[in-house]
Amino acid sequence: MIRLLTPLVVFIGLIALLIVGMQSAEERKRVDSPLLGRPIPNLELPRLHEPDNKARTDERLGEPWVLNVWGSWCQSCRVEHPYILKLSENAGVPVVGFNWKDERADALRWLRQFGDAWAYHMVDFEGRAAIDLGVYGAPETFLIDHRGIIRHKHIGPIDEQSYADLMVRIGTLRDEASQ
Amino acid sequence: MKLRFLCWAWCVWILSGHVLASAIEPLPFRSELEEIRFKSLAEEIRCTVCQNQSLADSDAPLAQDLRQELFAMIQDGRSDQEIRNFMVERYGDFVLYKPPLASHTLLLWGGPGVLLLIGLVASWRVVRQRRRLLQS
Repeated sequence: MIRLLTPLVVFIGLIALLIVGMQSAEERKRVDSPLLGRPIPNLELPRLHEPDNKARTDERLGEPWVLNVWGSWCQSCRVEHPYILKLSENAGVPVVGFNWKDERADALRWLRQFGDAWAYHMVDFEGRAAIDLGVYGAPETFLIDHRGIIRHKHIGPIDEQSYADLMVRIGTLRDEASQ
Repeated sequence: MKLRFLCWAWCVWILSGHVLASAIEPLPFRSELEEIRFKSLAEEIRCTVCQNQSLADSDAPLAQDLRQELFAMIQDGRSDQEIRNFMVERYGDFVLYKPPLASHTLLLWGGPGVLLLIGLVASWRVVRQRRRLLQS
């Protein structure tokens, strides 16, 4: 009896493995950032609206903040845009834009069309700084704590579920900062 | 005559197409060694956007940026290992087609060997059993 059942059990096991593998395929495409738990790289980049006035990633020390990678060429950024509006309204921390591989005129037009909800935007037209952040697609959203440590990275457009998750995480970071 | 011309034109077109396709973007290498190092590194680093292509294969904008970075680092005189570390620090082990041997990759490297061992033991037992059946 056992001899008969063994191949069947192995077969069912294999099928189960394949089904689980197929369902988590999307998940596995996400590249976990090795930067989590590490200080955000020190970047100095021009601002979108005031190119001569450089913004630095280390000037935000003392409060948690959000860095959101976007581009006017990025379709998913349009999808998540309503959640960026909600986030900057309700999170109580600055939501900074990271305008990636874009053109200034296109970016400004996009913001006029859909609304500018970000505190300000850092621009990286060449994509050099984005490599230091390990950015590999837009949109990506980083949560940085008051000590300048990257605590969370959300890859892909923010939706209802990830918005709720981000709000909880930001709440934790704000509590930590006020202690 | 006309046919002959068409044939030549076709050959030239095919060949030129091949040359264009195999060139990524022309980079001013200082030596052949630099170019060889560039190509071999570009082949072992994964493009994180188009995950089943290497930096050498991919036309994605990010892959172009990373190739530029790779080129700049080679010009800077950085070693192959330094360049690999640079990529891993930013994109994780996943960026290397050949992941390093570490505790969390043990199953990945050892797994095939373990499976082979299980197979060998199983077939050895089957063979032994059959032989015993034949003898009795």
